[in-house]
Amino acid sequence: MNKRAIKILLAKAGMDNQDKEIRILARGLREQGGMDVIYTGLYCSLEEIAATALREAVDLVGLFVHNGSHLDLYPRLHELLVAQNVGHVPVFGGGLIPERHRQELKAQGAVTEIFGPGTSTGSIIAWINQVLTAGEGGEIV
Amino acid sequence: MKELGQKVLAGNVRSASRLIRNLEDQIPGTHVAMQQIFTKTGNAHVIGITGAPGAGKSTLTDELVYSWRQRNKTVGVLAVDPTSPFTGGALLGDRIRMLRHAEDKGVFLRSLATRGSMGGISKAVGEAIHVMDAMGKDTIIVETVGVGQQEVEIINHAHTVIVVLVPGMGDEIQALKAGLMEIADIFIINKADRDGAASLYKEVSNMVHMSVTEGGWEIPVLLVESVQEPKKFAESVSVVCDKIEDHYRFLMDNNLLSERLRRKTAAEFNEALWGAILQPVLNDLDAGGEMEKMVDQLLKKEIDPYTLAAEVAVRYKNKV
Repeated sequence: MNKRAIKILLAKAGMDNQDKEIRILARGLREQGGMDVIYTGLYCSLEEIAATALREAVDLVGLFVHNGSHLDLYPRLHELLVAQNVGHVPVFGGGLIPERHRQELKAQGAVTEIFGPGTSTGSIIAWINQVLTAGEGGEIV
Repeated sequence: MKELGQKVLAGNVRSASRLIRNLEDQIPGTHVAMQQIFTKTGNAHVIGITGAPGAGKSTLTDELVYSWRQRNKTVGVLAVDPTSPFTGGALLGDRIRMLRHAEDKGVFLRSLATRGSMGGISKAVGEAIHVMDAMGKDTIIVETVGVGQQEVEIINHAHTVIVVLVPGMGDEIQALKAGLMEIADIFIINKADRDGAASLYKEVSNMVHMSVTEGGWEIPVLLVESVQEPKKFAESVSVVCDKIEDHYRFLMDNNLLSERLRRKTAAEFNEALWGAILQPVLNDLDAGGEMEKMVDQLLKKEIDPYTLAAEVAVRYKNKV
């Protein structure tokens, strides 16, 4: 009977303190997308982010990086999610990340998708809906 | 589904998270896992914390968790948002302060999205408490925002109810008189360094003296120092912790726990009946498109809801 709501964790890691974009996205996902959004705030460790993803049983994790540490952060977050036994949860990204690094991270399997600056909330919502109906993420036990 | 309950009993975090998620989303069949764990619940001390947004509940909860961890107790925290689980920025204050416990194996911190039908919130909270209880958590804190009927229902799941106030919220006391007064076991005046703390303390103390409590428990009114003074803050929260434990002992010593439990159990059974009897009827009416037709009839004033409901009741009485 009941359709699952989509539940998303949005995060910023370490000392990267630019969170205007992610707040706007959080609000957009909730208001336009009707999703449950948890934003863990600034200055989180990757361990805290992964632990929260596990405990909140989210369908997706969105990590935004603006300070150039993306090549380090995404693979480590993915490792931590795998270690917590929630490696199936897709990670998407955003922020200031060069195109070739985006391709590289996707090829590594560290992220499912990375959105460039200026991506509309609407297209992110559309992508999320498509990814989750494609059977990734939120498996039902 | 079959083994989910067993895994929760073994303390598996991932299974507990998934089960609570199923409760949030009201997935049919979730009761199977709940059936598995139910008989193993009832060992945790459940504490409800309520108060207006901005009263500092999260910071307080965070410090309480720390106090209990110092006393070697495991803790579950259930943060309930009747509005939404959005916890970013200034929108709903920041629960993110509690993240320092995120990785602690002795703490299970979880927010609860509250969608769904009337009474659904209270039901989900009660069930999520059972999940944490079955995991073996000693103490479970339920934190909820605001003041209203919904809050009172949620708080009904707790053994010990704490109402958090801060100086400078004039309407707060009025709201309390309207409902929360009856359910508070402990009052906390938070941010006690602010102007108006003394007069608020006086006002609440006066109210408390006029009230009659179960078994004669004297409701304490406790002052909690500003978080800007970490040492004082920690000390005053430790006192709160002591009082909470005093209250639990008081309940046990005076056999009040079993009375509360009885009420709670009756309320839960009520909710279960609601789900078992009314939900299938509603689903049936929805699926057949009959619900829409009935609403149309009501809109046109062709019939009144009482007669219509009685007709539906007669029709389903022997079916369910």
